[in-house]
Amino acid sequence: MSAPFSWIRSEPWGVHVVPADCWVDPGRAVERALVTHGHADHARGGHGETIATSETLAIMELRYDTRAGTTPVQYGETIKIGGSVDATFVPAGHVLGSAQILLEHAGERVVITGDYKRRPDPTCTPFEVIPCDIFITEATFGLPVFTHPPIEEEIGKLSRALSDHPDRCVLVGAYALGKAQRVIAELRAAGHGDPIYLHGAMEKMCQLYQDHGVDLGELRLVGDHDKQDMRGSIVVCPPSALNDRWSRRLPDPITAMASGWMRVRQRARQRGVELPLVISDHADWNELTATIDEVDPVETWITHGREEALLRWCELGQRRARALALVGREDEDE
Amino acid sequence: MKAFAALLDALVYTTSRNRKLSLLADYLRDTSDPDRGWAMAALTGELDFPAVKSSTIRNLMKDRVDPVLWSLSRDFVGDTAETASLLWPGGNSDVHPPSVAEVVELLANLTRASAPAELPKLLDQLNPNGRFALIKLATGGMRIGVSARLAKTAFAQAFDVAVEEVEEYWHALDAPYPELFAWAAEGGDPPDVSNRPRFRPFMLAHPLEDTVVDLTDFAVEWKWDGIRVQLVRVAGQTRLYSRSGDDISATFPELLDAMPLDAVLDGELLVRGSQQGGEIGGAASFNALQQRLGRKTVSKKMLAEFPAFVRLYDALIVEGEDLREWAWSKRRTALEKLIARLPESHFDLSSLVEARNFEHLAAIREGTREDAIEGLMLKRRDSAYIAGRKVGLWYKWKRDPLLVDCVLMYAQRGSGKRSSFYSDYTFGCWDGDPDQGAELLPVGKAYSGFTDAELKKLDRLVRQTTLNRFGPVREVERTLVFEVAFDSVHSSKRHKSGLAMRFPRIHRIRWDKPVHEADRIENLRSLIRD
Repeated sequence: MSAPFSWIRSEPWGVHVVPADCWVDPGRAVERALVTHGHADHARGGHGETIATSETLAIMELRYDTRAGTTPVQYGETIKIGGSVDATFVPAGHVLGSAQILLEHAGERVVITGDYKRRPDPTCTPFEVIPCDIFITEATFGLPVFTHPPIEEEIGKLSRALSDHPDRCVLVGAYALGKAQRVIAELRAAGHGDPIYLHGAMEKMCQLYQDHGVDLGELRLVGDHDKQDMRGSIVVCPPSALNDRWSRRLPDPITAMASGWMRVRQRARQRGVELPLVISDHADWNELTATIDEVDPVETWITHGREEALLRWCELGQRRARALALVGREDEDE
Repeated sequence: MKAFAALLDALVYTTSRNRKLSLLADYLRDTSDPDRGWAMAALTGELDFPAVKSSTIRNLMKDRVDPVLWSLSRDFVGDTAETASLLWPGGNSDVHPPSVAEVVELLANLTRASAPAELPKLLDQLNPNGRFALIKLATGGMRIGVSARLAKTAFAQAFDVAVEEVEEYWHALDAPYPELFAWAAEGGDPPDVSNRPRFRPFMLAHPLEDTVVDLTDFAVEWKWDGIRVQLVRVAGQTRLYSRSGDDISATFPELLDAMPLDAVLDGELLVRGSQQGGEIGGAASFNALQQRLGRKTVSKKMLAEFPAFVRLYDALIVEGEDLREWAWSKRRTALEKLIARLPESHFDLSSLVEARNFEHLAAIREGTREDAIEGLMLKRRDSAYIAGRKVGLWYKWKRDPLLVDCVLMYAQRGSGKRSSFYSDYTFGCWDGDPDQGAELLPVGKAYSGFTDAELKKLDRLVRQTTLNRFGPVREVERTLVFEVAFDSVHSSKRHKSGLAMRFPRIHRIRWDKPVHEADRIENLRSLIRD
């Protein structure tokens, strides 16, 4: 009998599931990969076999070479890997197709959250709490200063900016996978029926979401329209295009950015953002800590983000915890 | 507090001056008295609550947040007020926030002993933005880019009154300025400020450029390199104002004490020395004066090391008599008589420059560089003292700028209209022979002096030759030479190159010049006149 949990190992480039010889979200090409969701710091091309939800696989196919072999799974479905490990994909509520992965071996249960949030999101299936022994959680917003306000408030700010400045447009920087579609869907839910303009880099991903049944309303490409047409409209672009030359074709844009980092004024100022929107697809501090309490694992492992503060919180609550040093994990908003 | 917190937040995120003005003007129009008056006082740094310090806030937090979580958060956020506003265990609700006036009243009545119990009650009534506004208001130091001048301009814009009039009244009145709002917003009588030491807008000069004047019509003075000030004493109360109308009395207490009579005087604030204009009738360089500027309190050592004085240019009012309608020559005679009654230790008279004719004057101007004086001032002998910059009355004739060839090293994105352009340039000079492996050291930064077409071309070059990115800054390959114009250069401990330029701007872009032909630091250093 081997030591408890010796079958699961953390390496700088991913979590190794030893008896199945497979990796979760590996940062380099491996023979067999389990992928939680489609963001570039979790998903990459070149693996022998990629096991993920069918939505995540569809997203990966847009971006990477995954043709070598894919195994689609459904939420709640359990598959056996390498003969002795059961893997179950459970909704994480982060972006379309995002999953936590429950791994079971020799009577021990490990949950890897990938990235997750607890707030409702019209573009993806909500997070589910699964009891486990080891809970491997993200900590992107693992500082108590991060509490995301209700999204209705932030969407309200966006609508007000639009109605206050009918001669300008509001340019919203939002990550192309997930954030952009969520902002659009929330605008639609708030009754915004006008066409929304997109940067070219957003087009395919929005189409993919719509193909998966997420209603985003009428979308138009900035490149197909004159400056004047976009007055009083919302334009969505990747954060990198916010202050780029590309934005010169827009009618006097108000620069907005949808990101959890916008909670901190200096962060918004550094990016030249005039209208910060605190909208995040990650759990905030209260969600991170409440989730650990709900899951109530024997041990909490903390990855990518501000591990120190969450580690301290666990220590104060006398929870066993450790920080994993995974490399290449980035904040997709940056 | 809600509207004030929202205003503060909007100002934080706005870089355009025009948008700041319209945000402020909207707030002033939409907010009632006395909140708007207190808000203006807070924004222009005129409120002081000695019972609340940054440490008061830190101590409050110590009792409420684990110290490790506090310091991790504080390090990430970078600002105590903001960190505290986010970590305060009060949540997001602000159903019945107090008004700005209520907050000011409460803060003013706090003592060091009562603050730890009373502040939390206020913080509990606010949401994070409100708490941020409250802590900034209580501890001072808004740092949101609103100068007194900007606030006054916004006030004038909000109520469609002349900014010169606003300036006349503003400093004579106390927050929350009910008389000012009654006049501007409600159409009441102008405030009676006759017995207050108020600021009068300065008379300013145009650049001479190609104009030639007849010296029988114009008198000439040196243009000293200090800061223009107005010293006002009314009914025994004395104030010192900067050119923008900021009250800098606290920074130069010795001048207030030295003023023996009621008057309004216009002059140049300088430090004793000889770098400008030599031993007799000279002054220290601007660099020396800079050691004294911006301080809230002044040590004895500073007073002894950098003794300040005012070199008088003009007299606006003397012992109740308003001279502003008088011709300059008559005011000058009055000033020459007055100077005998002022202590020599802190006042002298700006001497007149005697020239036979304009050509002779041009020759004298040539020598101002050697004397480290900024240039000449030409004043019409028959002109009244008129606020603002009226054409044909006063001219400034600065010495020619110094020029140096520098190499573009870093570029930063501009703000507002220029936010998609790399428009702020840091440039350097060689620290030795570039053919022998010398390196470039940054010597200055400039964001003006080029046309829009040139800006586009520069922006393209920056993007094409980027070596490294640091947030909004790009390091570029060393390929381009700027001919940089500047007024003077001083030694500085703050910069690696050991020097700092005054008013650097791009004079010409030398697309043609190879970078190894750019100037060396030693050339620049030889121009220092500290």
